[in-house]
Amino acid sequence: MRSEIILIIMGMALATFFTRFGCLVLFSRTGIPSFLQGWLQHVPTAILTALIVPGLLLPKGYLDLTIHNHYLLAGIIAAFIAYKSRNILATIGIGMAVMVTLKFLG
Amino acid sequence: MNIVRPVEVSRGKRAAGQELWQGIADSLPVMLGVTPFGITCGVMGLTAGLTGMETLLMSMLVFAGASQFVSITMLGAGITSWSVIVLTTLLINLRHFLMGASLAPYMTKLPLYQQALLAFGLVDESYVLTISRTGSAGYSPYYQFGVNTALYLAWVLSTAAGVLVGRSIADPLAWGLDFAMPATFLVLLMPRLVDRISLYVCWVAAVAAVAGALYLPGKWYIIVSCLLASTAGGILERKNSHAQ
Repeated sequence: MRSEIILIIMGMALATFFTRFGCLVLFSRTGIPSFLQGWLQHVPTAILTALIVPGLLLPKGYLDLTIHNHYLLAGIIAAFIAYKSRNILATIGIGMAVMVTLKFLG
Repeated sequence: MNIVRPVEVSRGKRAAGQELWQGIADSLPVMLGVTPFGITCGVMGLTAGLTGMETLLMSMLVFAGASQFVSITMLGAGITSWSVIVLTTLLINLRHFLMGASLAPYMTKLPLYQQALLAFGLVDESYVLTISRTGSAGYSPYYQFGVNTALYLAWVLSTAAGVLVGRSIADPLAWGLDFAMPATFLVLLMPRLVDRISLYVCWVAAVAAVAGALYLPGKWYIIVSCLLASTAGGILERKNSHAQ
């Protein structure tokens, strides 16, 4: 292993850890500002949406709203099953089956 | 409130092992989704001219998929400036500040070394699993630790697999296994969309995330859409409480 690569990896590790630990250290000392509390309760919904939607609409980096976009088709079906069943296994099982079938067909 | 508290605490202590296993069990589908990315990371490391050990060490110490992909690509392109790569890593991972802030009300009650240990494993996937569990069954550091451990092992082991045998596997990202992640997240998102304000937050986040993914570099779309949508939610919440 080369030392300059090790130093880069250590630097990346520290920078990443800082982004994950920074808020906790800050808020451990100060407490959570009251203006943030109402705001924070919507963060999970916002982040979940931001993780899901681009993954389904832009799986290859560009907007693809056609039937050739397997992620979008399987995603719509998975969303319906998730809404009806609230069951992770059913949603992933059927979603992946749709995904594999679409790949096999197309 | 005062009557409920001690009961909750004692139940929480007894259920530590159970929470740990629940965290691991809930992580299984996401581990499936992580695997093709880990394998790809291992292959990319070798292709960019890193040794197998260097690639694996990066996954073990950094544990941040997107920034690893970007830095490996930079190294492969001959960009070896420490400050450029570390600063890029910092920018890509800034979104974790938001996740840290979101978990802070629960995590800041823990001893600092436990906060540090759990913060090391705070990735997108472990955040959404932990915060969803917190909403449905209350916060448990054991649950979070179970999720973190499962996802960490999946990441490190799949990187190792990529380093060892990756080159003989045809593009693992073409399998469609990565679909396990949005599918899991959908099950976590749906129960949240029960009131009008949450639906608005979801719509704002969706539109902003797509626009951001189209026009902003890297992972900035997550930060921007989260800030916009949570702020919209906060404003609507305030309007509602004023109207009542």
